Amino acid sequence: MDKQKLNEQNYEKASKTYQPKPPYVLNVIKAFIIGGLICVLGELLTEMYVHWFDYSEKDAGNPTVATLILLSALATGFGVYDKLGQFAGAGSAVPVTGFANSITSAALEHKSEGLVLGVATNLFKLAGSVIVFGVVAAYVLGILRYLWSLIF
Amino acid sequence: MGKTGVQSWSFINPVYIQSSGTAVGPLEGQGPLSSTFDRVHDDLHCGEDNWELAERRLMIDAVHSCLQKAGVDESNVDLFLAGDLLNQNVTGNYVARQLGIPLLGMFGACSTSMETLATAAALVEAGYSKQALVAVSSHNATAERQFRYPTEYGGQKPKTATFTVTGSGAALVSKTPSPVKIEAATIGKVMDYKIKDPFDMGSAMAPAAWDTIKTHLEDMGRVPEDYDVIATGDLSSVGTPILRDLMKQDGYDITPVHKDCGLMVYHSDQPVFSGGSGCACSAVVTYGKLLDDLKLGTYQRILIVATGALMSPTMMQQKESIPGIAHAVVLTKGEVSQ
Repeated sequence: MDKQKLNEQNYEKASKTYQPKPPYVLNVIKAFIIGGLICVLGELLTEMYVHWFDYSEKDAGNPTVATLILLSALATGFGVYDKLGQFAGAGSAVPVTGFANSITSAALEHKSEGLVLGVATNLFKLAGSVIVFGVVAAYVLGILRYLWSLIF
Repeated sequence: MGKTGVQSWSFINPVYIQSSGTAVGPLEGQGPLSSTFDRVHDDLHCGEDNWELAERRLMIDAVHSCLQKAGVDESNVDLFLAGDLLNQNVTGNYVARQLGIPLLGMFGACSTSMETLATAAALVEAGYSKQALVAVSSHNATAERQFRYPTEYGGQKPKTATFTVTGSGAALVSKTPSPVKIEAATIGKVMDYKIKDPFDMGSAMAPAAWDTIKTHLEDMGRVPEDYDVIATGDLSSVGTPILRDLMKQDGYDITPVHKDCGLMVYHSDQPVFSGGSGCACSAVVTYGKLLDDLKLGTYQRILIVATGALMSPTMMQQKESIPGIAHAVVLTKGEVSQ
């Protein structure tokens, strides 16, 4: 391929030819497999809580999520989750384990500034935006649902 | 001569690097230049309680090995020029508190290594300082916190990302003849070609390196072949070919003599994405391997071009692009052999 002459005007575009392309297909496959495996683990945990601890199918979700959060927090503390994240990308970021990792990693990072101003202040540094948009979206949808029920 | 051309300084009275010291973290210690470092820490915490203290430990180690090699006591050093990547230059400030040497804190992102060396050489040459100590440091974990995410956060980084070198390099500059002479320096302009991706600093900095090298060659009336090595700081495997092509467009072929410290400091199979970066990257390579080669006579004259991405996370969020800067220093084999 004939390379474009680099100058200030076209640099942003022309320099793209030097940058290795992200392996999108491979990343999607890795995310699918790891994300899927995390969900399989969740299913196994749900089954375990239903069969051995007498939870109903509906209630077993809560202890399952709690267990996944605990496992993710431990993996973060042992320095494993960031390596998994580099490999799996969205596969380990999207499930609840990714959310737990963002909180635990922030807590670890700011431990040196103390419990209140360090850990507590920065705990939701990364996860905060997820919570804000989650709450706002739930609020808006709740109002829509209410209006819907009034009309019909 | 003094000021030469547009942006360069030629030192009339000879100025020398009397000694140098380096300290690095575990991953750098496993790299190809392992034997050239004075101190290698096996633990990223360097025996300290937090990352910031670990970075300070590295700078103290580098300074101490540098002074020890020169046989100079701290009290005989009259100026300390230091910089790092952290807010308010904390590493340099707190190390200076401990050393008790008058401080000039400097910031030029990863170009600080040559910014401090060039400034120290000018001050020593002009007689404002008899013995000036320069030091820079960076630490992978403090840089991650400063510029990116918490260290244990599981975000995926692209292949264009660089890996901040954990380490520190220090050098003592004086007029005492030694095997390494500081011949000239070129102070770089801020160059911004509108790269906005903080995970691709090689592309952002390549224009700055190109501008500084080109200006340097014009100012000094030299060609790339006048140097045994032209070493850039941390352009990585992305910025390196861009720089070489930019130079070629202007009729300079630097490829045979060009090396990048970010590619020298790690083995290609180490998990460092496109290569090393950080203040320490150019410092530990220059003050270790490259000075050794000058002293041995492998090289006669080298040009170190420390490249810096003047990146601020706040500016990134405000959709600004990443300005780059590069400062160059010419080192030659001194009259005195080792």
